[in-house]
Amino acid sequence: MTDQSWPLYEVFLRGKRGLNHVHVGSLHAADPEMALHHARDLYTRRNEGVSIWVVRAADITASSPDEKDPFFKPSGDKVYRHPTFYDIPDDVPHM
Amino acid sequence: MTTTSDEDLAVLALEGRFEDTIAAMSRIEPRDWMPEAYRATMVRQIAQHAHSEIIGMQPEGNWITRAPSLRRKAILLAKVQDEAGHGMYLYSAAETLGADRADLTMRLITSRQKYSSIFNYPTLSYADVGVIGWLVDGAAICNQVPLCRSSYGPYARAMIRICKEESFHQRQGYELLLTMMRGTQAQRDMVQDATDRFWWPSLMMFGPPDDASPNSERSMRWGIKRHSNDELRQRFVDMTVPQAEKLGVTLPDPELRWNEARGHHDFGQVDWDEFKAVVSGNGPCNAQRLARRKSAHDEGAWVREAALAHAAKHGDEHPERAGVARGDKS
Repeated sequence: MTDQSWPLYEVFLRGKRGLNHVHVGSLHAADPEMALHHARDLYTRRNEGVSIWVVRAADITASSPDEKDPFFKPSGDKVYRHPTFYDIPDDVPHM
Repeated sequence: MTTTSDEDLAVLALEGRFEDTIAAMSRIEPRDWMPEAYRATMVRQIAQHAHSEIIGMQPEGNWITRAPSLRRKAILLAKVQDEAGHGMYLYSAAETLGADRADLTMRLITSRQKYSSIFNYPTLSYADVGVIGWLVDGAAICNQVPLCRSSYGPYARAMIRICKEESFHQRQGYELLLTMMRGTQAQRDMVQDATDRFWWPSLMMFGPPDDASPNSERSMRWGIKRHSNDELRQRFVDMTVPQAEKLGVTLPDPELRWNEARGHHDFGQVDWDEFKAVVSGNGPCNAQRLARRKSAHDEGAWVREAALAHAAKHGDEHPERAGVARGDKS
């Protein structure tokens, strides 16, 4: 019996032309080629995708989910980046 | 002393954030802090569910080679393939909690983790394929629709995908039965016989009665369960009675009748001794199901090893594929 298992791949699907690829889940495969075939069989049995990306889960670098993490802090206090920050009289057209 | 107290405070803060997320009906995501009991409960529930889908391929898989027509064979193949897919979605969700898929498989085939008791009953005729779609998948849908709102994100997302596909399962089963009921008397008898055998085990799929279900309160609070076992069982009975009438079969329960005052159907007592026996390994097919799963795993070992050896040897030999992927990026 094998004691070494196939690595984990994360799967991203483009549902149709014009949309971004979206993460849908993961699967195990021996290599990227097999991961693509497995992803097709597992995640597109009902025409859910027109394009698939697979990437080794170990190759993904992710931000920390901890809310105390100051990572997203810089955008928190910059309300002036949003259009609603600016008062414009109602009678100014096309704005 | 100071250190301990700081750590305690930190854990309290983490617990507070976890409880707030649940209270806001938001979702817990894989790398969030969560109480160990939540993680363990979630892994156990998702793994059991995954195992059920995988073992659930067997009772119906038995009939693929003996399907009565090419149309029925194609449908049954697609359905059994879906069950495999559902198992894969769920193992994938369990892995986001730190579980290891190979380890979960070992836990299944060494009986350290369970699967749904319903799959330990034999499928004796082709009508069973229809009744499993109608009653067993119907009960599964009742159980699973509320799980689309599970507090654990990856599980909820897997359940949404699964529920969409289960709808095909139930409808193909009911249509199969309608077809048989329009056939010969012998075919109608087969449908009634299959209904008689699967009705009570289907009611057992909702788990023990509420007063004997130990972890329910905490599971409700944590958004792991959304309805009690008895509530879901009642909902299933109420949904199924008119379907049985339309089909023209009798549900095998002399106490089953509409209760105007409750606005629900009353029904008889489930044989919980039978349920306990089947869950603890003494159902008609427990040993056969596990042996089959174990042999598939053992006999697949050389394929897994060969694929790894091939990958090690030809690892970086697909530059054209890499080029396509790069060109495709947006």
